[in-house]
Amino acid sequence: MSTFATLRESFDGTSRIAAGMLVLIASGAVLVPMVARGDPLAIGDVVALRLLPPFSRDPTGALHLLGTDRFGRDLFVRMMLAGRVSLAIGIAGSVLAAAIGTAVGAVAAWRGGLTDRIAMAVTDALLAIPRLVLLLLCAALWQPGLLTVLAVLAATGWMGVARIVRGEVEGVRARPFVHAAVALGVPGARVLWRHVLPNSLGPAIVATTLGVGNAILLESGLSFLGLGVQPPRPSWGNMIAGGRDLIVAAPWVALAPGVALIITVLAATLIGDRLRDQLAGERRRAPVARTLGERA
Amino acid sequence: MLARRLLQAALLFWLVITLVFALARLAPGDPASFLVPPTATAADAARLRSELGLDRPLLVQYVRWARAVVRGDLGESFSAGRPVGDVLREAAPVSLWLGLVSIALTFLVGVPIGMVQAARRGRAIDRLLTVLTTTAYAAPSFWIALSLVAVFTYGAATLGLPAWMRLPAFGIRTPGLALHGTAAFRDLVRHAVLPVVTLSAVGAAGIARYARSGVADILEQEFVRTARAKGAPAWRVYGRHVMANLMPSLVVLFALSLPGIVAGSVFVESVFAWPGLGRATLSAILARDFPVVMGASVFYAAATILANLAADLALPLLDPRRLVSRP
Repeated sequence: MSTFATLRESFDGTSRIAAGMLVLIASGAVLVPMVARGDPLAIGDVVALRLLPPFSRDPTGALHLLGTDRFGRDLFVRMMLAGRVSLAIGIAGSVLAAAIGTAVGAVAAWRGGLTDRIAMAVTDALLAIPRLVLLLLCAALWQPGLLTVLAVLAATGWMGVARIVRGEVEGVRARPFVHAAVALGVPGARVLWRHVLPNSLGPAIVATTLGVGNAILLESGLSFLGLGVQPPRPSWGNMIAGGRDLIVAAPWVALAPGVALIITVLAATLIGDRLRDQLAGERRRAPVARTLGERA
Repeated sequence: MLARRLLQAALLFWLVITLVFALARLAPGDPASFLVPPTATAADAARLRSELGLDRPLLVQYVRWARAVVRGDLGESFSAGRPVGDVLREAAPVSLWLGLVSIALTFLVGVPIGMVQAARRGRAIDRLLTVLTTTAYAAPSFWIALSLVAVFTYGAATLGLPAWMRLPAFGIRTPGLALHGTAAFRDLVRHAVLPVVTLSAVGAAGIARYARSGVADILEQEFVRTARAKGAPAWRVYGRHVMANLMPSLVVLFALSLPGIVAGSVFVESVFAWPGLGRATLSAILARDFPVVMGASVFYAAATILANLAADLALPLLDPRRLVSRP
C-alpha cells in the first residue's frame, strides 16, 4: 500500500477531531490578526487598557475575549499572531529535520561501508546528548531569533529519522524489485529516489508528525527561557514568560497562550499516534518513545 | 562482548567531546570579546586571548581541551572565576535528587496507568486515561508549573485550601528561618512538592503512553493466552508474565530518562528558582559563560552514555534470552 493511501485512510473519529482543531487554530492564526482592530504589537493607552480580565469591554466598548496584557494589548489577537510563529516553526522545524534525517539515513544505508559507519557514529554521538542540552548549547552560541530557533530545531531533530530511514532502506534494498531495477541498468541515485525511498518513508512520516508537536513544545521552551523568539514578536512561549510575574494579579496572561499550545500539540500528537497505529497494523514495530530530555 | 561495548562507549564519548568543541568554535564571535571590559585596549584583549589559549591553532586548542576533559578538568568558569567542575558539582545534587524522586514517581504512577489502559483497551476508562495522559504529555512543564503555582501558592487563600495545601513556590528552603532536624526536612519536602509533581506528571504521561502500547503488544502473545487458558488469575498474568516481558524495555527507558529528566528540569528549576544544574546551565548561557555550557553538555552526555551502558549490561540479567549470543 502506498504511503498516500495509508495517509488518506488513517483518519478516524479522534484524529478527525484533532485535525479539525488544528485547522481551527491555524485559520484563527492566519485570519484573526488580519481582521482585528488595531495593531497587536502597538502599545496604546496603557493605564486604561492594561490587564483587563477575559470577556471584558474597554472604555471604547471593544470586547477583549481573553482580556489584555500588561501593556493593554488584546491577548486573544496576540495569541493568534503567536500561533502563526509557533505553528510555522513547529512544522517547518520538524519537516526540515525530517528532510535532513531522510537524506542522511538513506545515503548511509544505500552507500554502506565507511559512509554508513561515519554517518551513524555522528548520529549516535548527537543522540548521546539529550536534545534539550543540544538545543541549549546551540541557542547559547548563536543570537536568539526566529531563524536560529528553526535552524537549531532542524539541527537537533534529524537523528531519530535518520536511524529509522536507514533501517527501512536497508530492508527495502534487499527486495526483488530493487534488484530488478539495478539489473535493468537504472542509475543508483534514481533507484534510491524512485524505488527505494517511497517504500521507506512510512515510519519517517509518523516520526515527523509526532515531531511537529515536539518542535512546537521545544520552541515554546526556548522562547520561555528567553533563548528563542524575541519580543515584541509574540510566540506562545514568550507570551507565557511575559505573564509569569503576573500569575497572581492576572493569571490569564500566562495561562491562556498555554491552552492554545496544549490544544495544538495534543492534536498533532493524536494524529501522529493514529498514523503510527495504522502503520503498526501492517508490520509490528516497537512504539516510538519520546524520552524526557526531548521535551520542554 | 563487554570489552566491545566499553570500547564503543569510549568512542562515543570522544565523538561527543569533539562535537561539543566543534559547536562551540563554530559559533560566530570571539569568546574572549565577552570577557573584555569595554574600556580595555587592544593589547589587553590580546593578552586575555593568549591567557585563555585562544590565539593558538584550533587543533592545539582541541587537543588541550580533549585531554583536560578526559582528566576530568572542564576548565574555568568565565563569570564565576572557579573551576567548572566545582560549579557543576555544587548544583548537581539538587537536580539529581529532584530527578530521582520524580522519576521514581513517574514509573510508579505511569506503568500502572498504562497497564490498566491496555487491559481495558477501547473501553471508557482507557479513553478517559488516554485523553488525560496525552493532554499532560502535550503540556509544557513550565506551564504546568505556573498553573500549580497559581493554584497552590497564590490561589490557595482565595480558593479556601487548608493550610497544608498552601505550598511555597520559591527555592528549596524558607529564607530567614534556621530550621533543624525534622522541621528542616519538612520544609524541604514542602518546597519540593510542586517541582516534583510537575516533573512526575509530565513524565508519567509519557511512560503511561509507552506502557499502554507495550503491554497491549505483550497481551497479544501466545504465552499470555496459554497462561489464561491454564486458569492463571489476572494478578499472575500481569504481575508475572506481562511484567517480566515489559521489564527490559522499562529498564532501558528508566536509564535513559534519568539524564533526560535532569536536563528537562531546566524549566522547572527556572520557574521554582531551584539552585540546580538546569539553572546553572541557563545562567551560564545567558552570561555567555562558554566553559560552563560546554562542561554541562559533556556532563549530560557522559551521564547518558553511562546510563545506556548500564542498561545494556543489566538487560541480560532481566531477559535471559539475550544471553544467547546475537549475530
